[in-house]
Amino acid sequence: MWSDDMEVIKIIDPGPLTTVQDKGRYGYQRYGVSASGMMDVFAGEVANMLVSNSQDCAVLETTLKGPAIEFLQDCMFAITGGNSDLLLNDNKISLWESHVAHKGDILKMGVCKNGLRNYIAFHGGIAVKEVMGSFSTNLRAKIGGYDGRKLNAQDILEIKDTQDQAKKKKLDPKYIPDYPKELDIEVIFGQQNDCFTSKGIETFLKNTYLVTQESDRMGMRLSGEAIEHKNSADIISDGITFGAIQVPGNGQPIIMMADRQTTGGYTKIGNVTSVDLNKLAQATPGTKIRFVSVPMEKGVDELRKLKNIISDKSSYIEIENEDQAKESKKYKVRINGKEYEVEIAKAQ
Amino acid sequence: MKFLNAGDSAMIIELGNEISPLINSKLKKITKYIDSLQDPYILDLLPTYRSVIVYFDPLNISFEDIKQMVIDNCDINYDTLENIKKEIVEIPVLYGGEYGPDIENIASHNKLTTDEVIKIHTSTIYLVYMLGFTPGFPYLGGMSKKIATPRLKEPRTKIPGGSVGIAGEQTGVYPIESPGGWQLMGRTPLKLFDSSKKDPFLLNAGEYVKFVPITSKEYLQIEKEVQNNKYKEKRYVE
Repeated sequence: MWSDDMEVIKIIDPGPLTTVQDKGRYGYQRYGVSASGMMDVFAGEVANMLVSNSQDCAVLETTLKGPAIEFLQDCMFAITGGNSDLLLNDNKISLWESHVAHKGDILKMGVCKNGLRNYIAFHGGIAVKEVMGSFSTNLRAKIGGYDGRKLNAQDILEIKDTQDQAKKKKLDPKYIPDYPKELDIEVIFGQQNDCFTSKGIETFLKNTYLVTQESDRMGMRLSGEAIEHKNSADIISDGITFGAIQVPGNGQPIIMMADRQTTGGYTKIGNVTSVDLNKLAQATPGTKIRFVSVPMEKGVDELRKLKNIISDKSSYIEIENEDQAKESKKYKVRINGKEYEVEIAKAQ
Repeated sequence: MKFLNAGDSAMIIELGNEISPLINSKLKKITKYIDSLQDPYILDLLPTYRSVIVYFDPLNISFEDIKQMVIDNCDINYDTLENIKKEIVEIPVLYGGEYGPDIENIASHNKLTTDEVIKIHTSTIYLVYMLGFTPGFPYLGGMSKKIATPRLKEPRTKIPGGSVGIAGEQTGVYPIESPGGWQLMGRTPLKLFDSSKKDPFLLNAGEYVKFVPITSKEYLQIEKEVQNNKYKEKRYVE
């Protein structure tokens, strides 16, 4: 079926949760199909840009620790997102820039020291079967991505064959996010905030909420001062958007993320802005969150600015291609009869 | 009709906070209108009991643009469904036996015979208020209280796709194999969700379902046709 595609990637160790994701499965929420898609859209889209992919291309999204990969063919790739150590054949390589791997090379990724998720883009894009207009994995419905599941050891991924030569580049360091343990998160009111008392709204805006362990691609449960409802926490079910902040009867907010169910019966106090969802996607348990109310127009403006950064060529710096294969080279040197291994790398 | 924002990239068109066929009909009308625009910047629509969510790309179409288009083009100023046509989809069901192991429960709970249960279940049309829970699962309204039966005390870990059941005053069809505590009364050979098809879903919110009893011979025949992609479900307007 994928005659033009090449088997390029073999998973040696998948990491805790590595899935194929793209911009999401839109058009089927009315049938109860979750949108899925990248959690941190900024990191995911920059990864695609770094390997000259269109934004329709699928990437790998990792959780806490990325996979160990063997390259079965030469391939350009880039890794963005959480701050983790990357090793290509035991040579350290950088996040937020493109690299070229050769047949037989081994990529290893460490645990994220800051942030939570990495995005791995391969030049050409991952070739999995498109299901209902998207490559994204929907774990609950077991559709999309790689057989509707997370990646396992020995899985082999195909990459779409492209003839064009991509240039190596890196993201201008000023745009690389740091992932702090304390976040101000912008919220747009307007949906069902009238279901809460003014005291409830004040509680929500003046207190710090902690990201709990019960947080995943579906939703992030927070803990903090209970938010007061006017009457009931329950409503006749309606739709749930990316970033909707549900408050059930216990008053503890839950932020609904990419794999959220399509409908639900809890009141929603507000909705996180698109731009700040990227920050939440990288927030580990224990992260402190303060909510800040902003008008819808501000959310749209910030989204426009962020999308411009992602798509603008001037956000990226080209890297000279003096050696496509390795970031550094090892030489054997004989001095006074003893053999030494010397590693030479280009000065940064 | 209220236009509410849900963040910077979605709008909620809300018509009420109740389960009502009238609201459902108006939401269906709005959904059909927005669908008909085929606007590339309108990314998804999600109609539910009370509202329809419009996902859009705010960098290319604004909240106000969509709001104005809906106000100008969707006439929902009616308060009766008398003149509204109903789109009905027939779902053939083999009741009882191996596929409906709880039909005796439903009958004895309501002091009816199993034939009476089938007759009551097939004599009404059910409104698909919305789909959700699992892909393609229809939230149906309109079941007679005469056959209402509480859920099983011990939920089953596996209910086969196509199973038709009752839970309290609700009836429904499981699109795919899932766990659940519904009292199973039969099974349809139709697939409510088939991800391999171009149109993977049998039902849409706002349509009506009519269950039609079939024999085991008919079940096998339809099942075969469904497998070979030859079956065309019966649809009509009333």
